[in-house]
Amino acid sequence: MTVLSVRDLAVTYRSKSGDVPAVRGVSFDIHKGEVLGLAGESGCGKSTIAGAILRLHSPSTQIEGTMLLDGEDVLAMKPGRLRAVRWTGASIIFQGALHALNPVKRIGDQITEAITTHQMANDRGAQVRAGELLEQVGLPARRIDDYPHELSGGQKQRVMIAMALACSPSLVIADEPTTALDVMVQAQVLQLLKALERDLGLAMLFITHDLSVLVEVSDRLAVMYAGKIIEEGSARTVFTNPVHPYTEALAAAFPTIGDVRFRGQPAGLGGDPPDPQHIPAGCPFHPRCPSAWDDCERIVPELWAAGSDRRAACLLAEGAPATARTGEPAADR
Amino acid sequence: MSELASDRQDPVVGDPVIEVRGLEVTFTGRIGLLAGLTGKKAADAHAVAGVDLTLRRGEVLALAGESGCGKTTTARAIMGLIRPQAGEILYEGKPLGRNLKAYRRKVQMVFQDPTAALNPRQTVYEIVAEGLRIHGIHDGPGGENEEQLVARALSRSGLRPPERFYLQYPHELSGGQRQRVVIAGALALDPEVIVADEPVSNLDASVRGEILDLLMKLRRELQISILIVTHDLGLAWTVADRVAIMYLGRIVEIGPAEDVLLRPEHPYTKALLDVVPEAGGLDRPILTGEPPDPTRIPTGCRFHPRCPVVASGRAAELRIEARCKGEDLALRTLAPEHEAACYESFLRHEGATTV
Repeated sequence: MTVLSVRDLAVTYRSKSGDVPAVRGVSFDIHKGEVLGLAGESGCGKSTIAGAILRLHSPSTQIEGTMLLDGEDVLAMKPGRLRAVRWTGASIIFQGALHALNPVKRIGDQITEAITTHQMANDRGAQVRAGELLEQVGLPARRIDDYPHELSGGQKQRVMIAMALACSPSLVIADEPTTALDVMVQAQVLQLLKALERDLGLAMLFITHDLSVLVEVSDRLAVMYAGKIIEEGSARTVFTNPVHPYTEALAAAFPTIGDVRFRGQPAGLGGDPPDPQHIPAGCPFHPRCPSAWDDCERIVPELWAAGSDRRAACLLAEGAPATARTGEPAADR
Repeated sequence: MSELASDRQDPVVGDPVIEVRGLEVTFTGRIGLLAGLTGKKAADAHAVAGVDLTLRRGEVLALAGESGCGKTTTARAIMGLIRPQAGEILYEGKPLGRNLKAYRRKVQMVFQDPTAALNPRQTVYEIVAEGLRIHGIHDGPGGENEEQLVARALSRSGLRPPERFYLQYPHELSGGQRQRVVIAGALALDPEVIVADEPVSNLDASVRGEILDLLMKLRRELQISILIVTHDLGLAWTVADRVAIMYLGRIVEIGPAEDVLLRPEHPYTKALLDVVPEAGGLDRPILTGEPPDPTRIPTGCRFHPRCPVVASGRAAELRIEARCKGEDLALRTLAPEHEAACYESFLRHEGATTV
């Protein structure tokens, strides 16, 4: 069952220095019980997508395309309906767990607030539910009366996850949920999120720059560059056998310990991610691409087929139109 | 020039450049006024509790561990930015005196966040020349003038052509370029050692490799010794010759990167390796509990409350549990160059000698 269906999503921020096209035509589906990983670097538009799904951007931000959440068009929702859908239809776990909680309110009250606001239960029922939720995320129910400062970073992130689950949404958006956490705690939180997805049959959109984390939690993976998805497919194949040179470079930033190819050989790309206001012509990645040739400067790549259940926006993809590649043959990859 | 450079022998790769002996750093606990009046006392945090470490000429040494393990404090103590409670730091065999100026020229630091490390109101040229001016260096060893020294540092850092960057301000540069400016500022002084605290963790993933590649090149071409503080064992695998793992203020394992990362001895090292994300999925065991608290150091082996060898009953089986819980222990050499501090490892390498 498709929980979220996004088609041709384009998000443009208005700024004094002109329009900033942060997302430039993105389509994807997320099904029940599936984790879609969205990877990319800062400025690629991945968090903008998260905000667009729940319409968290300021009214001046221009959003085009369609987004169907449980079959209902998010962009057509009236404010009242939108309020109802936030938390119950879809919820977000933010990166800054350490700052997202109200420091002067007990965590139990913060969880029950979401439940009672949406009239999912009365006060007593909400208390019971909050206790259950804490247990579900691996915290003892007695912590319900704690204040945020009494919790560690990992425990706060668990509370944020409990809040996100409070109204039993069908979609959970996790935007860099472990970035601020220590390695050991990060692994604990990832394990929890994966277990919840499995047990509750959630649909999840998992956003991070850390491709190695995404491979662990995601079923499918979409890699973004300059506001577009440039490669998608099953998580493991995209990571271990990337088609797009950008995915390859991103994967190389997270080396496998023991793999001699990485030993003493840090692999990186020259240049920097493009400014959304000055996106290069043709393939936006061509100025940094180690495999680019002349055609890349003028052909805007689309997501072409690249093997079974794989698509890549690169002239190297199997399904790309034949071009007169100068120099090395295209079959070298 | 400086007394550090004048009587130096020909540098030999592998000789100790910096030696840390018995380093201890304690941060005094702070408590609110009201609580203080009631006679409460805050616990002191024993951030570094007896660290011995040698950085050799031309090597890349990674110092790794969870946050709060003391790795950054160790690096800052090496830089002379923190006065240790005990222990000493030797540079080329001589203890650091009170005057750190000459030492600071030879040992340069690169911080995690280049945006915070750069003065936003200085141009790139001023930033890179600042160190030269502070140290009163008006010409280089080959008679170069200040501009030539700045230009050389910038181009060695990969900012070419250097003149193009002279008048730019940090905000006009990308994250990767900013970190290159920080490195250029360090290189302008022709250092022997670079201490880099999480040098790439604030950078975009695709840019990280380039900065690491630059550090590797400096080591290769200029024989600069590099101490990298990191939480990322994948990074250690990519760049480090040797890896030291810290836990609660102590080094619990140190050795060649291949040994420590592929044949780890200490259960803590194994636990850290287990949580490195990889395509293997999330089904492996993960240490429970929170990062340790340096104000409450457990007795015996500091790791025993979280140690899977103790928890699984294996330590009891081997009749070492009482020692794990009650007797403090030091590193022992278990294989050539490879040291660890774990009673179970000691048993496995019976006859290992105390260091």
